[in-house]
This record gives sequence, C-alpha cells and structure tokens, in this order.
Amino acid sequence: MIKDSNPMLPAQFCIQWVRKETHDTFTIELKSTNGTHEFPFSAGQFNMLYVFGVGEAPISISGDPSKPEVLKHTTRSVGTVTKAISKLKKGDVLGVRGPFGSYWPLEDSLGKDIVIVTGGIGLAPLRPALYQLISQREKYGRIVLLYGARMPEDLLYKKELEQWRGRFDVEVKVTVDSAKGNWRGNVGVVTTLIPRAQFDPLQTIAMICGPEVMIRFTIKELQNCGIKTENIFISMERNMKCGIGLCGHCQFGFCFVCKDGPVFRLDRIKAIFGKREI
Amino acid sequence: MKTIEQYIAEHPFFKGIDPSYLKTIMGCSNEVRFDIGQFILREGEEANNFYVIHFGKVALEIFTPIRGPITIQTIGDGDVLGWSWLVPPFHWHYDARVLEPTCAIAMDGRCLRTKCEQNHDLGYELLKRFTHIITQRLEATRLQLLDVYGVHCESNDDKRL
Ligand SMILES: Cc1cc2nc3c(=O)[nH]c(=O)nc-3n(C[C@H](O)[C@H](O)[C@H](O)COP(=O)(O)OP(=O)(O)OC[C@H]3O[C@@H](n4cnc5c(N)ncnc54)[C@H](O)[C@@H]3O)c2cc1C
Ligand code: FES
Repeated sequence: MIKDSNPMLPAQFCIQWVRKETHDTFTIELKSTNGTHEFPFSAGQFNMLYVFGVGEAPISISGDPSKPEVLKHTTRSVGTVTKAISKLKKGDVLGVRGPFGSYWPLEDSLGKDIVIVTGGIGLAPLRPALYQLISQREKYGRIVLLYGARMPEDLLYKKELEQWRGRFDVEVKVTVDSAKGNWRGNVGVVTTLIPRAQFDPLQTIAMICGPEVMIRFTIKELQNCGIKTENIFISMERNMKCGIGLCGHCQFGFCFVCKDGPVFRLDRIKAIFGKREI
Repeated sequence: MKTIEQYIAEHPFFKGIDPSYLKTIMGCSNEVRFDIGQFILREGEEANNFYVIHFGKVALEIFTPIRGPITIQTIGDGDVLGWSWLVPPFHWHYDARVLEPTCAIAMDGRCLRTKCEQNHDLGYELLKRFTHIITQRLEATRLQLLDVYGVHCESNDDKRL
C-alpha cells in the first residue's frame, strides 16, 4: 500500500517508458511523482490505475517483486480506460491506488513442483511469480510454465520466454490456438500441453490465470492428471470500483474479488466457481 | 537401442494393454522416420496407416486456397497420428507435415482392421483407446472454436458490470 495514504486516493505516478508487446497490449513503467521510491507488492496483486477524467481499471502488477523501485503494468487495450491508458506517453501522469488483493502462494509452495498455466494477458499477473520462483530456484522442485495465446503475434514477453526456455531448470511450453504455415511451435489449446509436462501431481501447486473458460478446462485437465483441488490456485476477474471491499461491485458469490481474491484456492470457491448464476 | 516391441509396450497409447493384443498389433507394425518438411499423410489420400509417435513434432494442416496451409494442431512425443484408417471411407482429412525429425511406429491399418474383425475383443480395446483420443481432440477443438482470447468473449461479461 502506498504509505500513510487513503486507499481511495490515487497517488500520482509518471510514465517512464511505454513498450508495445503486441498489436493491442503494452507495458508501462511508472515512478511516483512525490518522491516515494519504493512500491512493495506481492506477486499476483493489482493496482487501480486511474486516467484522469476518464476512469479507473484494475490492472495486475507485472514487474519483479524484488525490484519495488519500479512499477510495471502490462495492459490490453479493450475498452474506455485501457484504451485511454494506451494513449499515454512517456512523461504523462496516471493515478495509482494499491497494491490490492491476495497473491500467489509462493511461500507456501517451497519444495513443491510448480505448474503455471496461463493464457493471453493472463501471463502478466504471473510474471512476478515467475521472477520470484526463478530468483529462488533452489527452493522449489520442477517449475513448469505452460502458456497459450491466440496467434504467434499475440505472445507476450517473447524475449523473456526465450530466456526462461533457455534455462535447463525451467520447462517452458508455448502454444497458439492457430497459426500460418511458417510457425514451427506448438498449435493447440493450452490444455493440450498439460499431459506432456513433467511434474509430480501429488507434490504440485498449480497456478492458473486466463479467460474463465480456459481456467475451467485447465482445472479439469489438471485434475485428470491427479492434482488435488486444494493445490490449484486461480486468479479471477470481475469489474471493480473501490478495489478495497466496500462497494460490492466485484461480488463473486460469498466473496469480493478485490479483497478475498483475485487469487483464490480452488477448493475454497468450488461451490461458486463456474456457476452460471454467479 | 530399443526394439519396436519395447517402443510399443512403453508408448502411452498402449499403456496397460493385454500382452496378447500387443503381439497381434506388433505383427502389423514397422518403424519409420521422417525428415523436416516431409508429408506423412495428405488430405484425400487413402488412410491405411496410423502412427504412434516416439519422438518428433508434426503439424496437422488444412490447405486453404487464400490463406495457404493453416496449422490446426501440432502433435509430438507420445501422441498418436491418424484415426481415419478406422472410419469409412478411409481417407485422410488433413495433411501431416513434419516440423522436427520424427520417429514413429507405423501401424498397418488394413492389417489391423482385418485382425479386429476376427477378434472383436481386440477391436473393442483399440476403439476404446481411439475414442479417448478423439474425445480429447474434440474438447480441444471446442475450446479452440470459442476463441477465448478474442476481445469479444473475455471475462468481464455484462453480468459483472
Ligand atoms: C484483479 C484484476 C486484474 C487485472 N489485470 C489486468 C492486467 O494485468 N492487464 C489487463 O490488460 N487487464 C487486466 N484486468 C482486466 C481489466 O481490468 C479490464 O480489461 C478493464 O477493467 C477494462 O476496462 P475498460 O474501461 O478498458 O473496458 P470497458 O469499457 O469496461 O469494457 C469495454 C468492452 O471491453 C470488454 N472487456 C472488458 N474487459 C475485458 C477484458 N479483460 N478482455 C477483453 N475484453 C474486455 C467488455 O466486455 C466491453 O465490451 C484485470 C482485472 C482484474 C479484476
Ligand atoms: S470493487 Fe468494491 S467491493 Fe470489490
């Protein structure tokens, strides 16, 4: 949390740079304008980003938790606020409230195999987890990243994916839903990568982020492989207003996604996850 | 160096199968290797084989006149290529092009069809295994069709606004 501040009051942050990741997705790096040098957060948490005069949107922090001096967000431009963010340039100022919400259970997963399954923009909230896992590589068993995108052009963080894949101690598998003839990588939905990955299902913690339908199919496949429900964690999305559990905008059954989530242990929301009415 | 028998016995597709069936299946099989760019099968051609892949990577493609070849799926180590040998009129419905050097066991579909007609238990066993693969591919295709990463069907549906 930005120190000693009202959680409803956005702090001003200045854009240091903007990098285009894909045709509709970009990463920005932010620095506080009031001299606050650090922005500590846990992997999986999000901020409310406020474009003055336009509105606010919840966006996950996509940077490295061990480098709190830089705040990074990767955003897909889909609607009013995200499109407005995409128009900002270096030097422009943005309002930031946060960090909010729950985080990936990295401390509780020491010694375990970690399987990360993610699709589309879902890699952004998991990148901080990957940074942390890799920086403390010796503390974990196998680390597997399974990442799916729509087309090769939609893959995020290509350079980092290559670096992680180049290591001998992280298994990285990437697939796209469809591709033209010159793509030599995998084609097929991300769930098809699961049976091919190497992990011990009884000793595995799975973390999933992506569109809800993809999460549903992924859970099924992970369970087919023998991973227990209590070892599966998912990151949920709901539209938000306050971001701190006051307004009820993000209600998800008996939970508020902003406060109880966005990262949930599957067995705790089993009764409501995937229910049409909720 | 492993023998064909070992390859087949250890391949996930045949996991747990009755050893007597394995012997029969082995009689219809031989090892094959393919280089990058080679077509293992072509749309419209007669489907007389299927392949259990030991290692490698193969793209299943459909050729479209305007967009050229579109890859619909890639398969690799431990997968099975082709079920059209089981279903009349026994023709391939897509091309299979090799992306990485591939080693597989080719199963003679005609030979197996005859053996399955003679031994329905064997036929049923194989059908169960193929049905499992077909179901998995069907589910994957459904998910692919949903185009879940497209902006139109992302997660913030109207009900949550
Ligand atoms: C905890 C949390 C973390 C998030 N992290 C990120 C992140 O790191 N990066 C990121 O880009 N997004 C993230 N999102 C999603 C992001 O908050 C929404 O995309 C954003 O609120 C949309 O606001 P908007 O004003 O731009 O779109 P709106 O004007 O509200 O919506 C316009 C249109 O876009 C559609 N739409 C809305 N959201 C999405 C979406 N996510 N994808 C596709 N279409 C959509 C709507 O159905 C609508 O038709 C996160 C959401 C939550 C709850
Ligand atoms: S956004 Fe207000 S309660 Fe969650």
